[in-house]
Amino acid sequence: MHELSIAQSLIDAVLDKTAGRAVMGVNLRIGPLSGVLPDALRFCFDVASAGTTLAGARLLIDEPQARGHCRECGTDFAMTDMFLLCPCGSADVAVVSGRELNLVSVEVA
Amino acid sequence: MCATCGCGDEAAPRVYSLEVPGLDVPGQEVPGPQAHEHSHEPGHSHTHDGHTHSHPHDHAHPHADGHSHTQANTPELIPLEQNLLAKNDLLAERNRGWLAGRKVRALNMMSSPGSGKTTLLVRTLTELGDRLQAGVIEGDQETSLDAERIRKAGRPVVQINTGAGCHLDADMLRRGLDALDPAMGSTVFIENVGNLVCPALFDLGEAAKVVVVSVTEGDDKPQKYPHMFMAADLVIINKSDLLPYVEFDVDECVRRIRRLNAHAQFLVLSATTGDGVTAWYDWLDGHPSRTETRAGSLAGPLEESLTDAH
Repeated sequence: MHELSIAQSLIDAVLDKTAGRAVMGVNLRIGPLSGVLPDALRFCFDVASAGTTLAGARLLIDEPQARGHCRECGTDFAMTDMFLLCPCGSADVAVVSGRELNLVSVEVA
Repeated sequence: MCATCGCGDEAAPRVYSLEVPGLDVPGQEVPGPQAHEHSHEPGHSHTHDGHTHSHPHDHAHPHADGHSHTQANTPELIPLEQNLLAKNDLLAERNRGWLAGRKVRALNMMSSPGSGKTTLLVRTLTELGDRLQAGVIEGDQETSLDAERIRKAGRPVVQINTGAGCHLDADMLRRGLDALDPAMGSTVFIENVGNLVCPALFDLGEAAKVVVVSVTEGDDKPQKYPHMFMAADLVIINKSDLLPYVEFDVDECVRRIRRLNAHAQFLVLSATTGDGVTAWYDWLDGHPSRTETRAGSLAGPLEESLTDAH
């Protein structure tokens, strides 16, 4: 359950930037290829934020679509899993997006 | 800004008001700008397309012309735009610099529990003897059983027990390195917690990631745990002595890893019988480190370290 470590990193990063102010909301961007499951992170966030200024804060997670670029046929396509395979059959694929694991912003009172 | 009471984006930036690239994914909730209803009792609440919030502040309302408010708590949106693993990655870079400064090569050994990492390390340390100056950092949730096995091979070893943790992180490695205090030009084997999922996400500052998969686990492991195999620099297929007894297609396993990872190298060996381990020793002798490809300026010292180590 690496989401617990990630939730702890998230809380530490927010505490660093908010100087004790009550945190109302946290905005994240988590791509489907990042290796982090948004639902698991939500669960861990609720547990790990208890007793901090983040307790009860809304966790808004933007989940962008994963996209790949085929170096062979030049098309951009939606990736449904981590396998580097273009619909044209080529495996020479660059991951364009989907690996995001970002803390975008926080809303403080 | 709301024409009725002055609340809105400028006065009270909200979570949903942030322009996030990609937020317009179908199914994602994207409330329109300020399409909301008001009720104006003191401590009034608003409804903004689907969610509600209340304002605990008192309003002073001279409602004649362009009413003014006294707001005690104005929510504020602080943009951060940082990677969630930024702290770990920073610590990993520090480890990388520390290791480069001492010309020490660190190899992150990862696998599921029971794939044979410790057996491989014990054989390696025993057979290479003084050819390879090396120490080991052992990561396990509990016990020092593996560390004891390494100690019997006569090498310096540090145990890190992660407790509930399922992986080593860069800070743990830093503490492990402090305790191990590896000699200039030596090699440090980091035996990560047995787990094919979590360790893949955490950069430790290592020169290379070595993933061990054993033939008893099934050749579909790469498909099931893609992150781990995507991260690998070298994949060792272990327990090759058991190939006659299990359904494991080496070529198929390699093909599956290739579809995830274009640069990984492969070795097939048995840490128990010693079959194929020479290729692993050759890899240890001649391996160009990942640090070298990431930061060309570090190539010199690390190449020297390989020479110094043998």
